[in-house]
Amino acid sequence: MDNASLFQCLLRFGDNTLVLGHRISEWCGKAPALEEDIALANTALDLIGQTQMWLGYAAEVEGADRSADDLAMLRDVWDFRNILMVERPNIDFGHTIMRQFLFDAYHHAQLTALSRSSDPRIAEIAAKSVKEATYHLDRSAETVIALGDGTDVSHAKMQNALDLLWPYAGEMFESDDVDAQMAASGIAPDPATLRDAWDLRVRDTLSLATLNIPEDNFAHKGGRTGARHTEHLGHMLTQMQWLQRAYPGAVW
Amino acid sequence: MYAQMIQSTGKGVKSLDEMDPTERAFQERIDAGGKIEPKDWMPAGYRKNLIRQIGQHAHSEIIGQLPEGNWITRAPTLERKAILLAKVQDEAGHGLYLYCAAETLGITRDEMFEALNEGRMKYSSIFNYPTLTWADMGAVGWLVDGAAIMNQVPLQRTSYGPYARAMVRICKEESFHQRQGFDIMMKMCAGSEAQKRMAQDALNRFWYPSLMMFGPSDAESVHSAQSMAWKIKMNTNDELRQKFVDQTVPQAEYLGLTVPDETIKWNDEKGGYDFAEPDWTEFYDVLAGNGPCNHDRLETRKQAWDDGAWVREGMLAHAAKKRTAKVAAE
Ligand SMILES: [Fe+2]
Ligand SMILES: [Fe+2]
Repeated sequence: MDNASLFQCLLRFGDNTLVLGHRISEWCGKAPALEEDIALANTALDLIGQTQMWLGYAAEVEGADRSADDLAMLRDVWDFRNILMVERPNIDFGHTIMRQFLFDAYHHAQLTALSRSSDPRIAEIAAKSVKEATYHLDRSAETVIALGDGTDVSHAKMQNALDLLWPYAGEMFESDDVDAQMAASGIAPDPATLRDAWDLRVRDTLSLATLNIPEDNFAHKGGRTGARHTEHLGHMLTQMQWLQRAYPGAVW
Repeated sequence: MYAQMIQSTGKGVKSLDEMDPTERAFQERIDAGGKIEPKDWMPAGYRKNLIRQIGQHAHSEIIGQLPEGNWITRAPTLERKAILLAKVQDEAGHGLYLYCAAETLGITRDEMFEALNEGRMKYSSIFNYPTLTWADMGAVGWLVDGAAIMNQVPLQRTSYGPYARAMVRICKEESFHQRQGFDIMMKMCAGSEAQKRMAQDALNRFWYPSLMMFGPSDAESVHSAQSMAWKIKMNTNDELRQKFVDQTVPQAEYLGLTVPDETIKWNDEKGGYDFAEPDWTEFYDVLAGNGPCNHDRLETRKQAWDDGAWVREGMLAHAAKKRTAKVAAE
């Protein structure tokens, strides 16, 4: 296992939470109900907190005198390693909560495995994060069920969201050289091994939500390798990184 | 303040002798520092006034999310983003506590939202000003939350129990809000020339609107006298404004910023600063809907409310199905 691979692996963790946390934070003040507003802000807050830990560790591993903030604010699109699904736009509450659920179910399985990592620092971050992820998953699953099973309108909107997001789920379970190295040294699970737990949870919840899982398992990919992000990420970065880019070196 | 220009009965305060025994007992309880609870008898005017005041306060908390939410996606560091998110989340929580307090008076949250969306209920004038640079996140925490604290601390002793208890919870969080704002200002003022310029510009734009938060002088107002007799207003607007200026001017000096009022001068005799009144014409313009952001703020809320209708309906429908299933199972 080399440091460059560990660095890539940590970017994948940290960029997922950074990008999704950012997306969720776009809801501030605009959610369908006050309780949802608070819950979304809470999720965003947890994810940004996790980002600080993952990217903080990534920066140490890289040893190039960069901080977590440098990694978040000064990398361009091709250096981001998040899956495509989390950079997808919010569209509406249905898409937001469906994306959240599909991610939470994965995140929960991933963090559970990571809490047994052979790297004590990763195990520690994961153990802390998995408590938050458990709560996120309970809440997003509950909301998906309620809206899937709610009115005809809410059902149709949730089905639509699922259909649109499904092709972005497969990337979560892709493996490459980096994953093989991590798995071999017991640092992180091979993502493919998380699929069964995820499938079980997702099928169970979506059936309670009376939603149909699309049959086509085609998967868009290119986010976690950085090979090809969506057009959306660049726009997100123009906001997220604007102050740091406009006033280089300033202390905030 | 977060509740401005609340009109009470306007007939002047009755003396105890003019009251019937029920009202007299009510007033005596308040005079003795007792609390009024939702099930207690209360004059219709007290109830009406409180609904307006608490409702306006609640609306201010949630509309107040918007000018700060405007910068969450542009926060310069992960830590700043997290702090701002936590702060704005607190404000939503404040809204929730306050709507719950108002609901104990016989109005629903949805009714209040609708009144807000239709312009029948107001929110604080301050949130109709734009947040244009990152320094505005500093200025809002420092000045706007600072002004809010001036008003909310005494309201912890207000006569209506649920309102007073909401205020206790809210005040616990407000000092963090002000501190994070001041901390942003400190960083900006110790930073580059551009950052210092941003900080001064933010103070220039937020100083007078912050003074307006307390509302025009009400020393002579009968409305205000009634609210004070009922202890739903604890100080006059001028008292609170003076306190705010006295606290804030030295803080601005500490930051190396100039308060945009050439007339500001320490007055030994009164033990406070003399300062210029804000432009009250501007204040009334903002209240009338002509502030720089009135239209956008309300549109954002309405849009959120309308866009969220299918979600609220879906959740209600699901909850109803669950109840039916439960009854059927029993
Ligand atoms: Fe507040
Ligand atoms: Fe606040």
